[in-house]
Amino acid sequence: MTTSAIGPVAGHEGVPLVEATGIAKRYGPTVALQDGRLTVRAGESHALVGRNGAGKSTLVTILTGLQAPDAGTVLFDGEPAPPLADRDAWRRKVACVYQRPTVVPELSVAENLFINRQPQGRGGFISWRRLKAEAAQVLDTWDVHVDPDARTADLKVEDRQMVEIARALSFGARFIVLDEPTAQLDNREIERLFTRMRALQDSGVTFLFISHHLQEVYEVCQTVTVLRDARWITTAPVAELPRAALVEAMAGEAITESKARTKPDVPADAPVLLDVRGLTSTSYENVDLTVRRGEVVGLAGSSGSGKINLAESFAGLHTPTAGTALLDGEPLPFGDVPAALRAGVGCVPRDRHGEGLVYGMSIGDNATMSVLSSLGRYGFVGPDRKRAFADGLITRLDIHAEGPDQPVSDLSGGNAQKVVMARALASDPRLLVLINPTAGVDVKSKESLLARVDHARDDGTAVLVVSDELDDLRRCDRVLVLFHGRVVAEHQAGWHDHELIASVEGVGHTGSPVRGARNGAPSPHRPAAEPQGENNG
Amino acid sequence: MADIKAPSAARTATPEARARPRESRSAKSIVLHRARELALVPALLLLMVFGAFVNDSFLTERNLISILGASAALAMVVLAESLVLITGKFDLSLESVVGIAPAIGALLVLPAAQAGFGTDLPTAVGLIAIVLVGAVIGAFNGVLVVKLKLNAFIVTLAMLIVLRGVLVGATEGKTLFGMPEPFFTLATSTFLTVPLSVWIAAAAFGIAGLVLKYHRVGRALYAIGGNPEAARAAGIRVDRVMLGVFVVAGALAAVGGLMQTGYVGAINANQGTNMIFTVFAAAVIGGISLDGGKGTMFGALTGVLLLGVVQNLLTLAQVPSFWIQAIYGGIILVALMIARVTTGRAQD
Repeated sequence: MTTSAIGPVAGHEGVPLVEATGIAKRYGPTVALQDGRLTVRAGESHALVGRNGAGKSTLVTILTGLQAPDAGTVLFDGEPAPPLADRDAWRRKVACVYQRPTVVPELSVAENLFINRQPQGRGGFISWRRLKAEAAQVLDTWDVHVDPDARTADLKVEDRQMVEIARALSFGARFIVLDEPTAQLDNREIERLFTRMRALQDSGVTFLFISHHLQEVYEVCQTVTVLRDARWITTAPVAELPRAALVEAMAGEAITESKARTKPDVPADAPVLLDVRGLTSTSYENVDLTVRRGEVVGLAGSSGSGKINLAESFAGLHTPTAGTALLDGEPLPFGDVPAALRAGVGCVPRDRHGEGLVYGMSIGDNATMSVLSSLGRYGFVGPDRKRAFADGLITRLDIHAEGPDQPVSDLSGGNAQKVVMARALASDPRLLVLINPTAGVDVKSKESLLARVDHARDDGTAVLVVSDELDDLRRCDRVLVLFHGRVVAEHQAGWHDHELIASVEGVGHTGSPVRGARNGAPSPHRPAAEPQGENNG
Repeated sequence: MADIKAPSAARTATPEARARPRESRSAKSIVLHRARELALVPALLLLMVFGAFVNDSFLTERNLISILGASAALAMVVLAESLVLITGKFDLSLESVVGIAPAIGALLVLPAAQAGFGTDLPTAVGLIAIVLVGAVIGAFNGVLVVKLKLNAFIVTLAMLIVLRGVLVGATEGKTLFGMPEPFFTLATSTFLTVPLSVWIAAAAFGIAGLVLKYHRVGRALYAIGGNPEAARAAGIRVDRVMLGVFVVAGALAAVGGLMQTGYVGAINANQGTNMIFTVFAAAVIGGISLDGGKGTMFGALTGVLLLGVVQNLLTLAQVPSFWIQAIYGGIILVALMIARVTTGRAQD
């Protein structure tokens, strides 16, 4: 495809609309982007893919002028990008529609389109008539069917996204970054979004499309750029890059197979500890699952797959609408955290900042929070017993700290996560539910945390690991893959990375895309987005 | 407006087919919008009718004017607080401004023999000083909240206590009286039989309403209160606008204090004490959201009038003074519940 064939906006022959080369960005010691490259031609829809932490978001903040790169250049139409302070100049070139809305919810759609540049009449007063007319014109021009008088808070996600796109276009930008636009949409809304994207593309708008669903890349994009480990890996026309090759580019070479586990298999006669039948809720449906004594089962899936909600259900945080779960023959109490704790479930929640730790409290207080009743009578807790217990946990988990009285806010990410793990292990659980257990921790702490999982396993605990990290999942005896709330694959230990990633991304190796059923099918195969949303960086 | 290249596909799509549903929807949404603004009007009318029935002297010109006169000072402070609330912040110290600002103005003017500073400044300077003191206090609050990023609630609560203490200290707990006549003009002189303070309050509400509805600066308050990040991204100077709102609020509350001085005829060391509760009640009943970004001046005004009428009715009905507070508080609760039901949305 040559640029001249693309149509109205290819201003300079052969000059790409956006060209970023050698982009590097560090945040303190972490390298967010080492060799970021991106070349987007006018009029195409360009996909940017990569696993969490590959540097996609960093590249976007640099492309939209929110941050300056440490090194490298960004060119628009062959000219250097405007200075960071010149927001207006940036707005005329590029806009990003984030998952988080950047509109004012209480104001009307029309006003949101023109915040701080409302058309003024005599004496500098806003002319609401003209504002409405111009808003209607903008919406009409870009074929956005939204009432300009509607309160923006009342809009559906898809309409809100279209309003944000229309606003960007009205500034003159013809390059729109869509950051996981499909994450909160159901199948039919996604179809509508794609139809609109194609129509806008025909009228000269260029998109950079970020998604975790590779299927969507093939549906709507012409070119794809892959980032991995903060580096540019490849840029290729979508048509020339088969799925297997794309997955391989994202995952990298499967060098880790040599680290095949040496652990003994779980004996086939080991009793089933967790037995789940037909569990259904708004974010997952009809899940069957068993975990034996001493078995580690992984749960993988993209954000919005329902994996986190499923795991949290076992910890008593949600109540499924149907189905049963037996723990050692006893029904698991749903929706009741204290009862789940008493039943023998220990949980590492998904976000240590949000749910894992109370930052104002000490290590000892945090680690013993869920077992206080066993440390004293009538709710009174002897400080000595608590301290001794916490000391034991600190040694067991190899937490590097001055002692139980040190506040957790002093700790590094890895040590803080160990405290969360200590709390989960404090009650000697029979079922250990770990959600993103190694998120945001350094390599050493990660090893130490995973070693604890192996210990628990050897002690006969049943372990359920929910994670986006392949390293976490590699330790599992089995990995189940959830896609849009259903278990779509099961991988025995020893799987290849690309196999797992392919089934996580929904490009099943069976050849039938899991989303294939969605064209025209009214039933939502994709359950509503998890309300709390998964934090996937 | 930037150049909009019309995609041919969109142009040819039948615009009239789309226009119709949009029109009917917008008409409906306008009605709904007005309904929210006017939520308190039925309650206010009902209360007036009720008042006319229970007391003959309620619906007389004299009594209605006295309600307005008694509400003017409150109205100014509610106006000030509403501006701060719409921007998504708090200012509790306004009630202390009501006391301290006119007191400092008076102390500058009064001779030392009458507890003044002994500076014996001209009356006009004293009056200007009142507004300046309010603005300076507002600026101080604003700097702490906006620049130092301290929590507005706790900062202004501390300022409330500090300023109250300064007032008591400066006056040694005594009541200031004997100020020159212009200190009382707002409440004592009338225009078309209505006190000047009422005209000024009405004008202030009118101007504020106009700016909030028809000026970019006014719309910026809503944008900041609704989503500060979006406002910043849209090029609004969030910090500067917030600081300005604190300053304006302080000045307005100072004028309210001057009105109160005229109404009472003296400055008590307790002037303004506990007023902030009524101010918040009036603002919230009137539909101003404590979360920011929501509410209109008209709503706030109806909130003030409703409380004024209730206060007046309780006095006319000769409710034992020991019970007035309990009944007053109860009525505020009921008004909140009615507002919640009639607008059909959660009150923030």
